[in-house]
Amino acid sequence: MLREIRPAIVVLVALTLITGLVYPLVITGIAQVAFPRQANGSMIERDGKVIGSALIGQDFESDKYFHGRPSATTAPDPKDASKTVPAPYNAANSGGSNLGPSNKALVDRVKGDLAKLQKENPGTPVPEDLVTTSASGLDPDISPEAALFQVPRVAKARNVPEERVRQLVEGNTEGRLFGLLGEPRVNVLKLNIALDHLSAG
Amino acid sequence: MTAIGWAQIAIFSAIIVAITPVLGAYMTRVFNGERTFLSPILRPVEAVIYKLSGVDERHEQHAVTYTVGMLLFHVGGFVILYALMRVQQWLPFNPAGQSAVAPDLSFNTSISFVTNTNWQNYGGESTLSYLVQMLGLTHQNYLSAATGIVLAMALIRGFTRHSVRTVGNFWVDITRCTLYILIPICVPYALFLIWQGMPQTLGAYVDATTLEGAKQTIAVGPVASQVAIKMLGTNGGGFFNANASHPFENPTALSNFVQMISIFALGAALTNVFGRMVGNQKQGWAIFAAMGILFVVGVVVCYAAEAHGNEALNALGLTGGNMEGKEVRFGIVASSLFAVVTTAASCGAVNAMHDSLTAIGGMVPLINMQLGEIIIGGVGAGMYGMLLFVIIAIFVAGLMVGRTPEYVGKKIEAKEVKMAMLAILVLPLMYLGWTAVAMQVPSAVAAMGNPGPHGFTEVLYAYVSQTANNGSAFAGLSGNTLFYNVTGAIAMFVGRFWMIIPKMAIAGSLAAKKSIPPSAGTFPTTGGLFIGLLVGVIVIIGGLTFFPALALGPIVEQLAQNAGTLFASN
Repeated sequence: MLREIRPAIVVLVALTLITGLVYPLVITGIAQVAFPRQANGSMIERDGKVIGSALIGQDFESDKYFHGRPSATTAPDPKDASKTVPAPYNAANSGGSNLGPSNKALVDRVKGDLAKLQKENPGTPVPEDLVTTSASGLDPDISPEAALFQVPRVAKARNVPEERVRQLVEGNTEGRLFGLLGEPRVNVLKLNIALDHLSAG
Repeated sequence: MTAIGWAQIAIFSAIIVAITPVLGAYMTRVFNGERTFLSPILRPVEAVIYKLSGVDERHEQHAVTYTVGMLLFHVGGFVILYALMRVQQWLPFNPAGQSAVAPDLSFNTSISFVTNTNWQNYGGESTLSYLVQMLGLTHQNYLSAATGIVLAMALIRGFTRHSVRTVGNFWVDITRCTLYILIPICVPYALFLIWQGMPQTLGAYVDATTLEGAKQTIAVGPVASQVAIKMLGTNGGGFFNANASHPFENPTALSNFVQMISIFALGAALTNVFGRMVGNQKQGWAIFAAMGILFVVGVVVCYAAEAHGNEALNALGLTGGNMEGKEVRFGIVASSLFAVVTTAASCGAVNAMHDSLTAIGGMVPLINMQLGEIIIGGVGAGMYGMLLFVIIAIFVAGLMVGRTPEYVGKKIEAKEVKMAMLAILVLPLMYLGWTAVAMQVPSAVAAMGNPGPHGFTEVLYAYVSQTANNGSAFAGLSGNTLFYNVTGAIAMFVGRFWMIIPKMAIAGSLAAKKSIPPSAGTFPTTGGLFIGLLVGVIVIIGGLTFFPALALGPIVEQLAQNAGTLFASN
């Protein structure tokens, strides 16, 4: 058994260095040369300033913008570090609501959001993804139905014809890969950037 | 449920069937010590490691020595990881300025990675430095996966050899597995993931000013290099708290699909390695078929439940299925399929929050793990777990006809059956025992994140997941407490090593036996009858052991939902 101690140490150290340092650093080196945009987080800049990542959702509150899905992310309470406070789209602390299907808190939250949305666009069924929180709390996408649902509000707030806004949504809708994988979706940040261009132009 | 949904599931299954013999052929060559197309590059590295460590690669070890080597290796791995977490604040590659990880959390996390569980009581981006992520976690992702595979190889050799006392050399197996199998797949795989949008940088978190003028700090890091092995090695510990649902950890539908394939790839291939080594690939396909039947049933139930949605929300007029805790780019089908895949294998990565699955949808992952993760299973662990059930199934068949059971030329006798039962009984002892203890501890009950039966399911899921070395969670449970960190670590440790030690005893015992040629009285183990018997034994053992606990959790929750009952926190 003592004979096994030397290989235990040497093999462990050798494989640790190979898999724990050489491998990730080599991958980092190749990535920074071959795919610098993705490797650094797919950041989007406007006027030289980072305004977000194409892959990470943002919190939109204003009527002028399309809204993403509800987000359950939190941040430490500034008054008491042992507690947390809601902080939607906190990209330094991802996570979901973890509410179970039979939890009254889930149903109450959905009821409240539904009432608000139905007032905004009466008579149109509310898409599921607009009243449910995502797994990461950072979902960058909404369904095409959820985007179209918001068109009347955004058009009114920006004072542009609904038809223009609807075209913008359709232009920003991504389909399934090979017509098969994933779900149709609209990236909210990209759509809102396009919306700002539309208003500026 | 949609036609496109079923098509995604069908194509996934077809790809797994297609790659199994290809990878199986390659892995067989590696473990037989034959030359491969990578030998010109890797052989010099391999030779240097043997030279420095004084390993004679032609010298084989007795099953006990093999096990001792494996245990020593793990003690070292544990020490490195624990130490790194405790002193990360003084080490480089820490741009976010993470402070030392608390002792109990470090203990839990170290055990968790060493045992291939990757239970996430740590928060990833909010707790760990880049150095710990790479040198601590990425490295353990590799080595715990390699360990699972080589232990399966030792058991397989037990079946294929006769009248010898040795089962291979642990140091040679672990080195070859890491160098020839894991790294060559992970390098292109990580680059693919980066191309799909996954970050790979040592730079600091990025501060963005959003369109509405708010500040958003975006966590990045060396993500892809870790995720590749996290998936391939069925580890599952996330770089980020939200794991594979985080857009940086799973950016596209394609990255998601390939991640699912990679979870199953090596585990499925091992069934083929087994077949090749015992000289009849049909033996491997029979085991693969039993796994496949259980997998397909799980997928159908989970997908149907999630597509049907949550009764309480459907009553409000929603019709889109259960999207709480799911991402739009994956939708219902890719989230349901991922949930089944990750728990059938011992991965534990999640692309949707399992706590928010419907009662029945969430019961499927729970059952997958309770059965011991033998549906493909963890790399290696699934194969040897399944072989334990094979021993029981063969034993049952032998009882029916009153004949000493044989399997691939080996007589299965009292010692093997006792050891297999010991390994199989340890699991429910941990799952049910710790859940029962937690129910008596007020602070453990208070840590539940949901009221009613769902809270009970959270606790049950936590111990099942840790014992089975899965690592996924019903994450509403506040598991980062002294009680859960310590008891969970015990569950993980026992779940891993009390499986391994009886299993290695079987390997040694089988290797020493004579090989007997099949006769007219031998029960054929390549046909439908054997597959049916094996599935039956698994379902009966699982059903008898776990049905009562499931009745208190997901089953009563679903019945309450059908009756329109909700549960409120007080």
